[in-house]
Amino acid sequence: MKLKDILSPFYVWKRAFEKPFSVATLKEAREGAPSYRGFHKNDIEKCIGCGTCAEICQNATIDMVPVKDAQHGDSGLRPRIDYGRCCWCALCVDICPSGSLTMSNSYIWVEDGLDRDVRETYCYIPGVDQKPWDEIEAGYKKPDNYELLHLNRIKMPHMPAEERLLSFTEMVHGYSREMALAEADRCIQCGICTATCPAHMDIPKYIKAIREDEIPTALKILYDTNPMPGVCGRVCTRKCEDVCALSHRGEAISIRWLKRYITDCAESGDYAKILCDEIEPSGKKVAIIGSGPGGLSAAYYLRSMGHEVHVFEKQAAAGGMLRYGIPAYRLPYEKLDQDIDYILSLGVKLHLNTCIGKDLSFDKVYENHDAIFISTGLFEPYRIGINGEDNPGVISGLKLLSDVTNDLPIAVGAHVVVVGGGNVAMDAARTARRMGAEVTVLYRRRLEDMPADREEIDEALEEGVLFVCQAIPLEIVKSASGRLEMYWGKAEMVIQEGSKRPQPILIEGSREELIADTIISAIGQGMNFTWMDGEASAQIKFGKWNIEADRYGRTTDEKVFIGGDMFNKTADAISAIADGHRSAKAIDTLLQN
Amino acid sequence: MQSLYPPVKNGKATYDLESQKYLKLWQGPQHPGVTGNMSLELDICGDQVINCNTHVGYLHRGFEKLMERRRYINSFPLVCRICVPEPDTNEYLFAAAMEELLGIDIPERAKWLRTLNLELSRLASYLMWMGGQAGAFGMGTIAQWCLAHRDFVLDLFEEWTGARIYHMYMIPGGVRGELPEGWTGRAEKVISAAEKLLGEIEQVFINNAIFKLRAQGLGIIEPEMIDPYAVVGPNARGSGIKRDLRKDTPYLIYDQLSFDIITENSKDAYGRFLVRWRETQQAIDLIRQIIKDMPTGGAFHLTLPNVLHLKVPKGQTYVKAESTRGEYGYFMVSDGSAFPRKVTVRGPSFSHAMALLEYLAVGVNIADVAGLMVSLHTYPPEIER
Repeated sequence: MKLKDILSPFYVWKRAFEKPFSVATLKEAREGAPSYRGFHKNDIEKCIGCGTCAEICQNATIDMVPVKDAQHGDSGLRPRIDYGRCCWCALCVDICPSGSLTMSNSYIWVEDGLDRDVRETYCYIPGVDQKPWDEIEAGYKKPDNYELLHLNRIKMPHMPAEERLLSFTEMVHGYSREMALAEADRCIQCGICTATCPAHMDIPKYIKAIREDEIPTALKILYDTNPMPGVCGRVCTRKCEDVCALSHRGEAISIRWLKRYITDCAESGDYAKILCDEIEPSGKKVAIIGSGPGGLSAAYYLRSMGHEVHVFEKQAAAGGMLRYGIPAYRLPYEKLDQDIDYILSLGVKLHLNTCIGKDLSFDKVYENHDAIFISTGLFEPYRIGINGEDNPGVISGLKLLSDVTNDLPIAVGAHVVVVGGGNVAMDAARTARRMGAEVTVLYRRRLEDMPADREEIDEALEEGVLFVCQAIPLEIVKSASGRLEMYWGKAEMVIQEGSKRPQPILIEGSREELIADTIISAIGQGMNFTWMDGEASAQIKFGKWNIEADRYGRTTDEKVFIGGDMFNKTADAISAIADGHRSAKAIDTLLQN
Repeated sequence: MQSLYPPVKNGKATYDLESQKYLKLWQGPQHPGVTGNMSLELDICGDQVINCNTHVGYLHRGFEKLMERRRYINSFPLVCRICVPEPDTNEYLFAAAMEELLGIDIPERAKWLRTLNLELSRLASYLMWMGGQAGAFGMGTIAQWCLAHRDFVLDLFEEWTGARIYHMYMIPGGVRGELPEGWTGRAEKVISAAEKLLGEIEQVFINNAIFKLRAQGLGIIEPEMIDPYAVVGPNARGSGIKRDLRKDTPYLIYDQLSFDIITENSKDAYGRFLVRWRETQQAIDLIRQIIKDMPTGGAFHLTLPNVLHLKVPKGQTYVKAESTRGEYGYFMVSDGSAFPRKVTVRGPSFSHAMALLEYLAVGVNIADVAGLMVSLHTYPPEIER
C-alpha cells in the first residue's frame, strides 16, 4: 500500500468546483432531440384510415375508431393510440402508406382527470383530439431512403408497340408465378379497395391466396362476387387501384393483373371441380334480356340460387359490349368464352339471335317468367350534330368495333379521324391503327380531361395515334376526289360560372381542315327502350333518358329489374357485374316470398 | 480467506442451522446491492458467507414465448428489452439471425452503423457498470460521475436513433436511419469527456486503497473454472484468457478495425475492473476509428419482403456477438411460417450470476457480496428471457 493510494481518492473534491451536470428540468422542461420519438401526430387530411399502423403494432396500442363518414378511398377511421401500451417503436410511422402519421419530440403530457377513466386520459386520436404538440414540427419522421413497403409495382410484360400494330393478338403477356407472388406480397391488406370496388370483391383475401399459392381458393373468392374474372382481369376500369393505400406514396398494387393471374393459372376444365356450385331447383323462371356482363352476372347468381334462367340476346354470340365493344388485343374472345362457358355450363339457357320486341314480344317474356332482369346496355351512338355526318364513310366507333368482331370486310382507308376522348374512341383509334391507317383523334377538351383510361391514352400514343386536343368539329364535306374533309376549330378553355371544370369555347374564326377516308364518331352512347311496349310495360315508369329504379335495380314493376349501363352511371363492366349480382339477390328474395 | 467455522467441502458447507451459530440472510430481491431483480439466499456465520443460493423469477416477462406468437417484425421492438443497459446486442443478434435465415446480406453502410451503435452502447454499458462497481464498494461519487457521462452517451443515441434506452435501430435488413448532421462532432465531445473521466477514475478509484484492499483477492476465477462454469467475456479475460468474439469470430466490420484483446492476470474483482476500465478506453478508440474510416453515403437499409406477412424459410441458426458481459447468442428456429418457432437467448449472466456466483460467494464477507456480484457484471433479465 502506497501513500498515494490513500491520498488520491481525495482528488474527488476537485469536482466540487466544477459546474454540475444536472439540469433543473422542473423549472424548464428539457426538449427532446429533433428526431425524438415522442407523442404521435397525424395529418388527418392525408390519413386514409387504412389501419396499417394498427396492423403492425405488436402491443395492440392502436385502435381504428370512426371519426367521420367513409368516403371514396377513405375508411373514415382514424388511429387512436393508447399510451398505456405504446412502446414508441414507431413502426407505425415507418409503415404508414399515406405518410400521414409522424411523431413529435414532445414527451410530457399533463392532463387532469384522476376521476376519469384511464381509457380517456391515456388515449387520444392524433389529429382529432387537439394536443399541445400538434404544432411542434420537430420529432420522428420516417427517414429518407428507408422503406418497409415495396412502393414500386412489378412491371407487366407487354408486347412492344411496333409488334402490337401487326395483329389483334393480346398485347399483355401476363405475370409469371414469381412476378405475381412478388406483386401480391406488396399488399398490406387494408381493404380500402374492397370498399371502392362496385362489386365489393374481397381483394385482400384473393391476393393473400395468391401469395400463399392457393389458386383454387383464390378462384372461389373471385366467383363469390364476380363470375367474369377472366374479363375483369383484363379490362376492368379498376377503381380499386385508384384508391389503393400504396398509391399515396408509390404505385398501387396491380390488382387487375393479379386477378388475371388467377384465371390464367386455373384451367377452365377445373372450374367446375374448384367452384362445385351445387344447384337445387327452385321451380322459378327468370328472363334476362341482354347477355352483357350485367346479364351474365345475374344469370350466374340466379342459376346458382336454383332458378331456371333464360338469357335473350339479339346478337349471334353472348357477351354484349365485352365482345362487340372491346377489341381482341385487350380481351381475346377465347378468354371471354371461357367465362361465359362456365356460366352456361351451370344450365343457363341462352337464346341467341332473339331480339325482344322483334322476334319475341316483351309481353310474352313478361308472361312466361316470374321475374325479368334487363341489361341491354347503351347501344345507340350519339350523333356529333354537325353538317355532313350522314356522308358514307362517317361511322360510329361501336360499328367499327362490332364489324371487326363479326369479321366483316371493312376498309378504313389511309387516314382515319376519330372524334371523342372516351374508351370507345381509344379502342376505335387503336383498331384503325391495326388496320394500317394513320389515325388522328380530335377531342374537345385537354388531354388531361379525357375520360378514357390513362393507360389506354398512353398506349394509343405509343402506337402512334396523333391527338389533337381542344378541337371542335365544325363540318364534314365530301370532296370531289371522294375523300372526306373534316373541318374543325380550335377551342380555348374557359371557366364558366356554375360549371365545375373549364368548358371548351370555339375561338371565333378558327377553322382547320383534315382530310380523311373514314371519320369515326365516338362521343358516347345512349339507351333505347322503345322495344319495351305492350301491356307488360304499363307498370314501368320511364324517364326521358332512363328508367326509374330503386337501389336494387327494381323498377316500379316489382318483377322487372334493370342493371348494367342502363342503370349505373359508371357504365363499365364491373359495375354491370355488381348490378347483376345485387339484382339477383333481390330477385331471389322476391321469388322466395 | 480462511473460515473459523465448519469447512466447506465441494462448495457445500457442513453445518447445522439449528445450532444458533448460523443465520439465513436474504440479499434481494429489493436490495441496492444486487444487480437487478434477483435475490441471494445467504447462509452466514458471523459475517462470512458459508453458502449461497441464487433465486431468479422476479423479472420473468417471457420474451422467448412472446416471440413465438409474434411476427418477426413485431419481435424486433421486443428483444431490446431483454437487457436494459445494453439493448443493442439483442437488436443486432435478432436481426442477424433473421438475415441469416433469409439468406440476405445487408448494405456495407449498415454494417458500419451497426458496429458504431454496438460500440457506443458498450461505452454506455461500461460506464454504468463502473459506477455500479464503485457504488457497491461504497464510493457513490464515481456512480454519480459515471451515470452523468452515460447520460451524455444516451443523448447521442437520442439524437441518432430517436430514443435514449431502447433504440430499436437495428431493424432486420439494415438500420433505420443515417447519422444526423454534425453528430460526429458532438460524439467526439462526449467521448473525450468520457476519456477524461476514465483518467479521474484511475486516480480516485483504481488507486484507491480501500478498493484495493477489498477487491484484490475477491472472487478469484481460476483458469480451470473457465470452461466448466461457462465463463466468458471480461470475467474470463480478467483471468488471463484471451477470448473475445470480436477477434475470434469477427462479425460486422470488426475485422477491419485494429484493436487487441485486453487481459489481466490477477483473476480477482480488481483485475476484472481493470479489464473493463481498459475496454471502455478501447470502445472509445473503436468509436473514433469507425467514425474516421466509415464509408460515407450509400444505402443503409434493404427492404425485406413485406414484413406484415414475411415468412422465413425453414431452418435454424445460432449467431453470437461480444457484449460487455461476454458471449451473447441467439438461437433461432424457423418452421417456415410467419412466426419464429423458437428463439432462445443465451445471456452470459445466466452462468455468471447463478452457478459461478454461488461458488464464488462462499467464504466472502457479507459486505463484499454486493461488490462480488457486480464484479461479475450480471443482468438478471438475461437470465429470465
